[in-house]
Amino acid sequence: MGFEKVDEILENYAYKHDALIGILQDVQRLENYLPQETLQYIGRELEVPLSRVYYIATFYKSFSLEPRGRHIVKVCLGTACHLNGAVQNLEQVERVLSIREGETTEDRMFSLETVNCVGTCALAPVTMVGEDYYGAVTPGRVEKILSAYSTGSGSAEDGKD
Amino acid sequence: MMVTLTIDGQIIHVERHTPIIEAAKQLGISIPTLCHHEGLQPFGSCRLCIVEAFRGNRSKLVTSCNYPAEEGLTVLTASDRVLETRKMVMELLLARCPDVPGIRRLAEKMGVEAVGFKKKGDQWCILCGLCVRACEQMVGVSAISFASRGIEREVKTPFGMESDVCIGCGTCTYICPTGCIEMTGDPGPPGHRVMDMGDLALGSCSNNHDCETCDIDQGFLDKMKRAIESVRL
Repeated sequence: MGFEKVDEILENYAYKHDALIGILQDVQRLENYLPQETLQYIGRELEVPLSRVYYIATFYKSFSLEPRGRHIVKVCLGTACHLNGAVQNLEQVERVLSIREGETTEDRMFSLETVNCVGTCALAPVTMVGEDYYGAVTPGRVEKILSAYSTGSGSAEDGKD
Repeated sequence: MMVTLTIDGQIIHVERHTPIIEAAKQLGISIPTLCHHEGLQPFGSCRLCIVEAFRGNRSKLVTSCNYPAEEGLTVLTASDRVLETRKMVMELLLARCPDVPGIRRLAEKMGVEAVGFKKKGDQWCILCGLCVRACEQMVGVSAISFASRGIEREVKTPFGMESDVCIGCGTCTYICPTGCIEMTGDPGPPGHRVMDMGDLALGSCSNNHDCETCDIDQGFLDKMKRAIESVRL
């Protein structure tokens, strides 16, 4: 892969050292993770030691150094969601995608994560796919929600909140 | 600008923003620390150097290695509150690395024997950051850094791979207060050095010490090792 898009991002931030976190966030959006070569490239271009780039990339939980799927499924297991049956939803997602929490499907479409709150407790139990929120999720709705993404059309379902 | 502060009842004039630990040193008061080095930026990670700083009637516990001297500040380096808290810090350090001679000696000196915490076992690294800072600020290559966070925090080369910027100088080995970074010879080319720290393996000189002016050989390695052992606490 070329680094044209990375160059573009670096350009946007005017190659500023103090924008490193913002740069990494934008770069991660390209492939949903931070490939090693890309981090090395960023260090070289910014003239920041690679160890510093690595330090920041491993410090924040929102950065991933492992490849992740195109869509990140986040099942909220916060208090409100937990009480409303989020665990059953999680198990259903695991069944539908045949992966466990923290894993990525073989076709690199989905990664499954659990989070502890997404700030929308009124919609509990909440599941996020990418940037989309789904409230009052039941195990029965899980497959329908996910299938809309696996067919590639992006977000979906009338019940989207 | 000079300021006047009181440390343990003694008055001293120092440049404003001098770290308290340095001011205390000028008065001959020693404050225990594991992560402070006058040649490096303060970091405040070992927490052993805590002192009680008073402003009026209020006091708070601060790390003296990175607390700046201000006009009218009053400091107690060995009040009951300080000693009690420092003992707790020592206990935690001892629980983390029960086998490090330097830590054990320091604990003994402070009267810490029994550890009330679950022993963590075989670690030697206390994450003081001296090696990381020395590599960045003294050597200027930044071959190592912290990685991850929380209980997973460790000192590492990027991606845990052999570093291509490490010059094999051994500063990290020298400055480490617990001796967890070892410098060893390598079966490879003569003078090829490797730093070992658990999974941390730093590479050698990028030119295999092949430059004309380089006279590093095995004798140098042994000498360096002896020197390091003699200064280790």
